[in-house]
Amino acid sequence: MEKTVNHKAWFLVLPVLVLVAFSAVIPLMTVVNYSVQDTFGNNVFFWAGLEWFQQVLASPRIHDALMRQILFSAIILAIEVPLGIFVALNMPKRGFWASLCLVLMALPLLIPWNVVGTIWQIFGRVDIGLLGHTLAKLGISYNYTANAFDAWVTVIVMDVWHWTSLVALLAYAGLQSIPDAYYQAAKIDQASRWKVFRYIELPKMQGVLLIAILLRFMDSFMIYTEPFVVTGGGPGNATTFLSIDLVKMAIGQFDLGPAAAFSIMYFLVILLISWVFYTVMTNLDKREGI
Amino acid sequence: MARITLSNLAHSYLPHPKGPEDFALKQMDHVWEDGGAYALLGSSGCGKTTLLNIISGLLRPSQGRVLFGDRDVTDAPTAERNIAQVFQFPVVYDTMSVRDNLAFPLRNRRMDAAYIRARVEAIGRMIGMEAVLDRKARGLTADAKQKISLGRGMVREDVNAILFDEPLTVIDPHMKWELRTQLKTLHRELSHTMIYVTHDQTEALTFADKVVVMYDGRVVQMGTPQELFETPAHTFVGYFIGSPGMNLLDARIEGNVAHVEGCAVPLGAGYGPVGGRAQIGIRPEFARLTSAEGLPVRLRRVEDVGRHKIVRAEFFGREINIIAEEGAGIGPDMTRVAFRPDKINVYSDDWRVAPAGRLGEAA
Amino acid sequence: MALELIGVEKRVGAQTHIAPTTLTLEKGTMNVLLGPTLAGKTSLMRLMAGLDVPTEGRILWHGADVTGMRVQDRQVAMVYQQFINYPSISVYDNIASPLRLQRKSRAEIDRAVRETAEMMKLTPMLARKPLELSGGQQQRCALARALVKGAGLVLLDEPLANLDYKLREELRAEIPKIFEASGAIFVYATTEPEEALLLGGNTATLWEGRVTQFGPTPQVYRQPRDAITARVFSDPPMNFLPVTKAGPRLMFGEGQTAPATGSLAGIADGRYLAGFRANHVEIAPRPGAVLEFDCRLAVTEITGSETFVHLHHGTDRWVGLVHGVHQIEPDTRMPVWLDPAFVYVFGENGALVAPAPYAVAA
Repeated sequence: MEKTVNHKAWFLVLPVLVLVAFSAVIPLMTVVNYSVQDTFGNNVFFWAGLEWFQQVLASPRIHDALMRQILFSAIILAIEVPLGIFVALNMPKRGFWASLCLVLMALPLLIPWNVVGTIWQIFGRVDIGLLGHTLAKLGISYNYTANAFDAWVTVIVMDVWHWTSLVALLAYAGLQSIPDAYYQAAKIDQASRWKVFRYIELPKMQGVLLIAILLRFMDSFMIYTEPFVVTGGGPGNATTFLSIDLVKMAIGQFDLGPAAAFSIMYFLVILLISWVFYTVMTNLDKREGI
Repeated sequence: MARITLSNLAHSYLPHPKGPEDFALKQMDHVWEDGGAYALLGSSGCGKTTLLNIISGLLRPSQGRVLFGDRDVTDAPTAERNIAQVFQFPVVYDTMSVRDNLAFPLRNRRMDAAYIRARVEAIGRMIGMEAVLDRKARGLTADAKQKISLGRGMVREDVNAILFDEPLTVIDPHMKWELRTQLKTLHRELSHTMIYVTHDQTEALTFADKVVVMYDGRVVQMGTPQELFETPAHTFVGYFIGSPGMNLLDARIEGNVAHVEGCAVPLGAGYGPVGGRAQIGIRPEFARLTSAEGLPVRLRRVEDVGRHKIVRAEFFGREINIIAEEGAGIGPDMTRVAFRPDKINVYSDDWRVAPAGRLGEAA
Repeated sequence: MALELIGVEKRVGAQTHIAPTTLTLEKGTMNVLLGPTLAGKTSLMRLMAGLDVPTEGRILWHGADVTGMRVQDRQVAMVYQQFINYPSISVYDNIASPLRLQRKSRAEIDRAVRETAEMMKLTPMLARKPLELSGGQQQRCALARALVKGAGLVLLDEPLANLDYKLREELRAEIPKIFEASGAIFVYATTEPEEALLLGGNTATLWEGRVTQFGPTPQVYRQPRDAITARVFSDPPMNFLPVTKAGPRLMFGEGQTAPATGSLAGIADGRYLAGFRANHVEIAPRPGAVLEFDCRLAVTEITGSETFVHLHHGTDRWVGLVHGVHQIEPDTRMPVWLDPAFVYVFGENGALVAPAPYAVAA
């Protein structure tokens, strides 16, 4: 239905525009500014053109970090999405136990990133950590500070522990929106448990799963705090993901130009992949509608 | 296909019901014949959905038994009852094609593929969707989706009964008559036992051979549309069926005469003593305005609804509705209302009293 | 003192939602907008309310131009098909809310709320929340909120469409009473001809965004200007069959003839379209019903006290509406009868050539 036309409404948007300008557009422009200039200090800048971009694109160090990052996000999605759905399917539908489950599920989401990192950093330590010590007692060699594989496992398990709840809660919300009549109809049709999942639950969860996947992808692709606290990007560069690398470059080495160029490309890559995800999933939806 | 027997059935949602008011469904005994088309009709909260849920197995009754044929299914879960159900809102498997939707219940029962193909084509034709069998169900209109639900309900030939729970709620008004007449035709072709729950009298009366009118957790009448119109067994049926509903007047019954506010109204039959609150009921269709005979009334309004006129008259504070023909002249001297004696029903505490005998036979 | 629409038109992009319309709604009248879904009833109401601005034309309120004025600045109340109330406050506060916006005194508000509640039979429910009420009572609450404002223009957009038919019957009988008490201009949109007839007043029939006729309701019903108006104002839709006028006789379909009498006597010889309403179809012989048609019964529908008979007459589909309950087997061949006094004659362009003789006599 057509709405009333009233241009005064634009004034109401003004504060938001100002806020966004200060919080996003201006800092972004600063980064763009750095990315095309060079400096030897004293606030003297030289035009560098696309030199930094070329340098970053050719850097093997950044290639490695990118590959690690993609692998990490892929593993995270492959574990958290099915696990989240599985948890949601097995949660009670209503009553006291449903509320209790929801509270328990929400708990990890309420803990700050660096605290999560610290918890796991201590938890996994071989000398005093419950996990590390127990594993050592069981005769399993485990040391995330020395062994790259162990470091990866620790970071992934930590992320799964922290974020599977989000996927589960979103999937649960999707499941709750399915009217009882669907389940009753499926019973009458004698559909198997698998068919109920495949033809009722999964299609109805599709919308929220899209959001869950997008959120988890973006977040895992930008992960910084937890691995930084637990492994500091090591051992070696084994868990140096893109943002850890970026911080090293910008703060550690003060290579502002390459770091800025890197940031911009990082941002564009996330935007691109998110767009691809979104388009593929919504098109999937449309094609089925035909 | 099976006869459905409700034996000594009652249900309360409370764990320890005390009085009859705690029962959503009051004690009842009914037998619904194999292959019949039944409608459960009543306004919201009358217990019709509770009764449907007991038959489908969603709810276990607090007392009594449910029998399909000779088998006691009171404790059997839905899946074992071998029934089909069509819900208020369309339940379709969105990601499947229309064809796969219709075939779903058959495939799950591992029927022969050739049989499934033929059966799905036949049902597709019956519901008028043969042209869109290969389309995805998602994106179809609510009407079309509900037709798929209807089709899926009818695809199995061996079901004990097909239950319909207000299936036309989401259908556009001008499509309703098409679907409800289609359902009637389908019943004739398939001869399954069908139970149709609705609050819409036209849907119920059009669809069913026997209409089960429910009120306050009770079945107040089970009868043909004709019986519901001419001899309502309860004043609620008189009120609920027909528009406007039946006129009711407090009366004292003496043989074949009713005394209403001191006026004598001749009845078509003789009655024995009528206890409790005695009333006479007459449908507006069988009342007419006259200048000579009948009860004296005051005319309040005449509503011209085109095909006829509804005269709203007042008799000692009680409203009497009269239906007059489209062209009928209503003169200022027409201040009396006369009833057709053979169409008057007598009620005692809201329940219809059977006449003791036709006129002349009365003692 | 009236609401005047002068050449009002509404286009959105290339689509015309409302064709140029000129209407005058007088003070204190009940005006029904009758038409099927999507005929433009709601669009026209939104223009009247000021929720939409017309593309062309002017709207006058008591002689003053209000064309571009916002709805908030006009004296308008509106009730919708959905039961729209504030769910978190009591019925009393719901009814009082428009008065509080007008900054009326507390005593004045209390008096107005109680008076309106009494009229709408809501007095016992004043302390309750809207969602604790039945559908009929919720809509009464919405109606009360619209009435209490004392707005000069009250717009009701299919207010009874979402109610069960018994509740609809009850509330429908009350709307004329509250209308008489209010003295405002009422505009009532409905898809049901019977509702229009019950409300009386004036009726504007709408079809595809165009007002096809506007006049006193019984007149529009009995003397429709064209076939479209007749179709819109008949439920079930009017039945049609070809008719030929030759001298003093009319020949209906294939072979049924009757003398052309009354209003039908004066029309020129030629081919026309005859229209008759469902309730004039007789399934038993009756004096005057001299036309007999051989039909096949497709199906019957029973409403409780009346029966719809859906008929096939050759390739034509007809519907008859007869009193009482009749259960007839489908596919039965059956004759039906018609009195030529109930026949409207339309030209090939759909315009009325002669009204039915009975309608002229009435």
